[in-house]
Amino acid sequence: MWSFFHKLGSPPWLYSIAGTILRWLLPITLVVLVAGAVWGLLYTPPDFRQGNSYRIMYIHVPTAVVALAGYYVMAIAGAISLIWRMKMADVAMRAAAPIGAMLTFLALVTGAIWGKPTWGTWWEWDARITSMLVLFFLYLGVMVLYDAYDNKEAAGRACAVLSLVGTVNIPIIYKSVDWWYSLHQPASIKFTGESTIDSSMLYPLLLMIVAFYALYTCCLLMNMRTELLRREARTGWVRRLIVEEGKG
Amino acid sequence: MYFDSWQAALVMDGHGGFVWAAYAITTLGVVWMLVYPAWSRRRALRQLAVAVRREQARADSAQGVR
Repeated sequence: MWSFFHKLGSPPWLYSIAGTILRWLLPITLVVLVAGAVWGLLYTPPDFRQGNSYRIMYIHVPTAVVALAGYYVMAIAGAISLIWRMKMADVAMRAAAPIGAMLTFLALVTGAIWGKPTWGTWWEWDARITSMLVLFFLYLGVMVLYDAYDNKEAAGRACAVLSLVGTVNIPIIYKSVDWWYSLHQPASIKFTGESTIDSSMLYPLLLMIVAFYALYTCCLLMNMRTELLRREARTGWVRRLIVEEGKG
Repeated sequence: MYFDSWQAALVMDGHGGFVWAAYAITTLGVVWMLVYPAWSRRRALRQLAVAVRREQARADSAQGVR
């Protein structure tokens, strides 16, 4: 158990294991993504009230769900790097921010496009949408803050604090549709109790959520590898890696 | 397929524009999320290789002087 944590703190080990995982996970992710999108677009029945516009759900819900989950990843990594000064946690936090920003952006845009035919408006300053916009700015804030510091250790600490403070927003996003009466519909999938969605729509949606989690993992590992190369540029293992790549 | 024809799948009873636009934007976003990190890792490796070669050359010429 402890040796595993020890390895986790070792950059060359992390770099190579991430490469091995990606070689398998990346093709699987792409297949599942395409399969889920085609299923949702063409092989599911239309919603009895919203018609065909609801098909946007198959991308809107997964991007939003993973954007939120991604914030946990970033904040927990930030906490670990603050408390235990674990370098790899700092790498993970930095790698997580741009992915979360992109997913939040996609959730907002697809939500706006879904809102037009369904609610008659692209944008509404309701609680769910506004708190998602705040999430987007939090992700951007972490990215910008990191680049603002020349001292990368100080940058890591500042970003970790910002991402931890930002976790206040997460329960607000989750609960916003229950606390405030708004245009945004409440969740249809529930872990406890009956889901209010038919299985013909539930299965492709679940598949897409899995696909986006896999996509998130792939992007996180890819970003972490780049970040490792940058930070460890002066070390022996990176030198050896470059020589090997140069030969191949 | 749920739709009778590709034509119907494109139009989706008037919602086609919204649905396809949302999928197109998401596709672009996903492609960017995958291509950009791959590209930036390649770039980092290239830059490091250049730095290593330069150092090597400097070390070699220093030896030549001696």
